Amino acid sequence: MELNNSKPKRITWWQKNQIKISPWIFLAPGLIFFFIYVIAPIFVSIGISFYQWDGLSPSIYVGLQNYIELLDDEYFYISLWNNLKWLIFFMLAVPIGLGLAIFLNQIVFGIRLIKSLFFFPFVISQVVIGLIFTWFYQPNYGVIAPFLDLIGLEGFSILANEDTATYGIIFAGLYPQIAYCLILYLTGLNNINPEQIEAGRMDGAKGFHLFWNIVLPQLRHATFLAIVVTVIGALRSFDMVAIMTQGGPYGYSNVLAYYMFEQALSEYGYRMGYGSAIATVLFTIMMFYILFFIYRMYRNEREDNN
Amino acid sequence: MFPTPIHQRPIINQYIYKIFLPISLIIWLIPIFGILMTSIRGLGDITAGNMWGTPSEFLLFSNLYDVFTNTPMIKYTLNSFKVTIPTMLGAVALSCMTGFALARYKFKTNLIIFFIFIAGNFVPFQILMIPVRDLTFKIGLYNTITGLVLFHVAFQTGFCTLFMRNFIKALPQELIEAARMDGASEFKIFWKIILPLTRPAIAALCVLIFTFIWNDYFWATVLIQGDHAMPITAGLKSLNGQWITAYHLLSTGSIVAAIPPVIMFFLMQKHFIAGLTLGATKG
Repeated sequence: MELNNSKPKRITWWQKNQIKISPWIFLAPGLIFFFIYVIAPIFVSIGISFYQWDGLSPSIYVGLQNYIELLDDEYFYISLWNNLKWLIFFMLAVPIGLGLAIFLNQIVFGIRLIKSLFFFPFVISQVVIGLIFTWFYQPNYGVIAPFLDLIGLEGFSILANEDTATYGIIFAGLYPQIAYCLILYLTGLNNINPEQIEAGRMDGAKGFHLFWNIVLPQLRHATFLAIVVTVIGALRSFDMVAIMTQGGPYGYSNVLAYYMFEQALSEYGYRMGYGSAIATVLFTIMMFYILFFIYRMYRNEREDNN
Repeated sequence: MFPTPIHQRPIINQYIYKIFLPISLIIWLIPIFGILMTSIRGLGDITAGNMWGTPSEFLLFSNLYDVFTNTPMIKYTLNSFKVTIPTMLGAVALSCMTGFALARYKFKTNLIIFFIFIAGNFVPFQILMIPVRDLTFKIGLYNTITGLVLFHVAFQTGFCTLFMRNFIKALPQELIEAARMDGASEFKIFWKIILPLTRPAIAALCVLIFTFIWNDYFWATVLIQGDHAMPITAGLKSLNGQWITAYHLLSTGSIVAAIPPVIMFFLMQKHFIAGLTLGATKG
């Protein structure tokens, strides 16, 4: 009798609580992993930025010293300024991607294959893209060499010139980024409500007017995603700089992401504290965009629940 | 449909469109044609500056042979697979569970945890670099494929959770309610009902993660030093340093590096695109 009594009781306890406990069991492995490798390191890095540390010997607390040094560091300003150039010119990927998407949103023979070939650059590693463009820019035997000769800039090296190096890298970076925006906008155009377009046409809207007032608002979601991934891509630009110029000449094509790496882990010595301070600055800039993204997601969630 | 379908336009516009389409494609792909052309050339053409003319020799196979025998390219390629495939499986497995938990259960911190996953997914790598490198050292996994995989799995879980959670949330709630009525345990619901329905999401994530990780360069440089564990992106970069002007070999190597993600993309294009747009099909 007793055995009979206790058994159903135990089942009831689990049954009662399993809905409360289950989500935590499902969450635990992913959350723990993510916490160890992503969340905790953010705070550790911010902590390290107050120390002087070469990665091996004991670290020394220096307070705000690293940040004060940053304020006086010419190369930090060059990198920051280049990041701004990236942010501005990388944004070209959004309208160009949209333009291409409108151009390609037709039904003609072979269009599916043509679209896929347009997506192509996005799939290829940035290392490969960087190598291709470095070779394109070669002053003497690069692809654009004949064109440079034509405009009287014989032997001009885009990547070795302090005024043009960053633009050369951004141009290369745009190649896969435009493909990314194109993918987003083609999906967006596909999901547009055809009735609204027809209604607009009935009302006599056409051309740019139709595009601006009826099509573009419906591409809101695609535009939002395209801007987010482009901003993040601009601030994360590392691969291209590492492959094409390593920040040169004399740091003139550096960006914060690469400058941080160079300070913390390169032949110039292991300045972990200083590197962390640069990373913290970059993180703070990025945080604005992250919070903006999350705020928007939060708003959507609330709309969904209402 | 926007823009107006071309077949409703005057015939002259249709011709113009059909002529411009291939021209624009060719211009767009010039960089790709560039490496394809160069990979079949010999050193003679490169030093003579013959970039766009007819190759004087057809040396693709000899270049491939050179790349594979004189460099650790085979090793690099294998390493890339050894990093990419376990990461793909690990991140997808973890995020199926986290995504399910966040999509299907109501608890106070649900949305906060979800936003932490999203935010973490967007942070700059540099803010993680030093602590992650340090941690990998301490657990004895620096310079190993396992060390690299562990980090990638953890980081990709952020993006995958975002994706999975939204996908599972869009599934009909009635399915779960009905199963609960029948007395199915929560684990059974996950395993027998949810998991089979998430197959398209899993496919999309697999293609995306494969491409992201295959193309990763930053973490490969931070966590790996020697040829024995180096993936192909970092390998290409180090070969670039060795063959200063051997662009024919570099192009051949680049093509080898690009082939796996390109094949993956063409085979799974639909899933790939669904993944990139976060599965967002609503406007």
